[in-house]
Amino acid sequence: MSVTDVNMADMSVTDIIKPENLVYKKTTVMNDKPMHYCPGCSHGVVHKLIGEVIQEMGIQDKTIGVAPVGCAVFAYKYLDIDWHQAAHGRAPALATAIKRLLPDKYVFTYQGDGDLAAIGTAETLHACNRGENIAIIYINNGIYGMTGGQMAPTTLLGMKSTTSPNGRDLPINGHPLDMSKLLAQLDGVCYVTRQSVHNLVSVKRAKRAIKKAFQNSFQNKGTSIVEVVSTCSSGWRMTPDESNNWMVENMFPVYPMGDLKDV
Amino acid sequence: MTENKEEVLLMKGNEAVAHAAIRCGCDGYFGYPITPQSEILETLMVEEPWKTTGMVVLQAESEVASINMVYGGAGCGKKVMTSSSSPGVSLMQEGISYMAGAELPGVIVNVMRGGPGLGTIQPSQADYFQTVKGGGHGDYKMPTLAPASVQEMADHTVLAFELAFKYRTPAMVLADGIIGQMMEKVVLPPFQPRLTEDEIRAKYPWATLGKTKDRDPNYISSLELLSEDMERLNQRLQARYREIERTEVRYEQFLCDDADYVFVAFGTMARVCQKAVELARAEGIKAGLIRPITLYPFPSEILNELADKVKGFISIEMNAGQMVEDVRLAVTGKVPVEFYGRMGGIVPSPDEVLNALKSKLIK
Repeated sequence: MSVTDVNMADMSVTDIIKPENLVYKKTTVMNDKPMHYCPGCSHGVVHKLIGEVIQEMGIQDKTIGVAPVGCAVFAYKYLDIDWHQAAHGRAPALATAIKRLLPDKYVFTYQGDGDLAAIGTAETLHACNRGENIAIIYINNGIYGMTGGQMAPTTLLGMKSTTSPNGRDLPINGHPLDMSKLLAQLDGVCYVTRQSVHNLVSVKRAKRAIKKAFQNSFQNKGTSIVEVVSTCSSGWRMTPDESNNWMVENMFPVYPMGDLKDV
Repeated sequence: MTENKEEVLLMKGNEAVAHAAIRCGCDGYFGYPITPQSEILETLMVEEPWKTTGMVVLQAESEVASINMVYGGAGCGKKVMTSSSSPGVSLMQEGISYMAGAELPGVIVNVMRGGPGLGTIQPSQADYFQTVKGGGHGDYKMPTLAPASVQEMADHTVLAFELAFKYRTPAMVLADGIIGQMMEKVVLPPFQPRLTEDEIRAKYPWATLGKTKDRDPNYISSLELLSEDMERLNQRLQARYREIERTEVRYEQFLCDDADYVFVAFGTMARVCQKAVELARAEGIKAGLIRPITLYPFPSEILNELADKVKGFISIEMNAGQMVEDVRLAVTGKVPVEFYGRMGGIVPSPDEVLNALKSKLIK
């Protein structure tokens, strides 16, 4: 008896947990440590996708991740691979050296928008311009999550944060920074895509994008960037469900989904 | 060049650093141009060691990127280095502090120029405090070598790597613009092969070379959120610093056995003071010289011992008086400790230094 043949309601628990009825299994690249991420946060899903990609590609022993400063500073606690924790914004500089010294490894950075689009702009732009054969996973939730919800370079106009309590004001704060659009201009960059992980379809697409970015890094094509437009329900002061809806309505028009570059 | 015969070459101190790095099995150099040390990067780019030893050489977009590339390479157990001069080394302080916190080995060469600010491109020793007192945040120390010749520029590059890996710490070669720029005879160190990945795995089990099935993941981090854990990390570092202070002090004595007055000077100033000792002796003044080779750990013990039999010390520096504080701490008030220095890139002459000794100590 398989789950496709019968109504789940007719099955007992022992039937459901039989190996032949399993339809999903957690990647073994993820460990069982309880995550510190808030309910509704996108980080956990993206971590899982990276773990799945690493497992499917069979590259756990050949992958080195570079974690940022920000909520994902603890990424090394959840994925069973070798990690570096970089100073704020410097992940692409670390990844540059790691990949050049260990060219047979898969090297990726995992960076938030404060890390990549503010303090680490120079390191990010120059790593991309040199065409370093690394994958950059860029989590853009338009806010500084870990420090309590301050304005980021990506914060939308009018969007409230603890340092823009009346909303981001154009004359004072300037425009939201679209890093993916900027980086797509660079000849060293082979792949730039914008994804999200707020529903099943988007999760599947995001996973394909991450896999492609990892594969690219072994084909001497240059740098790959997967931006994941993400939620920060705590920083946004919303429920997880409200966050997803708010992201679709407000973030997507400014940061539209899809490939910006694919060489 | 035959294998057993030492070849004596003539080159700049900066060039000697580059050649020594290639020869000692360095895996990677990451740097950004700044006077007066750009010859290090330039020499490496001319030598193209990636075609011979496989050493990676990369011109980074900034000193901030350079030191973080060193952090990344060091975390993989690789022998990596950078070099810069004072303003650039200020930019590296964050990365050096992170390396100290993450217990990463690496070499930084600082060919000092006058400051503060953009300062001057002329030689200086004004980064003594920044280097030996911990220029970045947090409680850390860094073994610091002070070369006084082109030969030592080569030798100290090799030695700095040895100390860095022995104690899992960043180490600095603290030269000044003269030592970097002047040409002298040098015998370069012998070639050592770069370590293979298997050798790194065996020697440095903490290195991030990819998680194999037989071990847990390695991670390189200086972050501990719990105070107790952070204190333990600090205690481990401090224990290591005490060991460094016990075992790694290096200095050179010149005519101290019967000296009444002792110059204390490092780098270029030690050479000037050596001449001043000779001039003093010709006048019947029994002068000597202590040249600290390691600025951290500082040769306090020999200074304290000498303090029992000399009439006074004078610290001669190309700055406003920095090392003199450590000389005073070492001498513990037993005899007077005076200071003479010039700033802004001016190098005092032997006569000037001797006059300072006479006016401040002999009177």
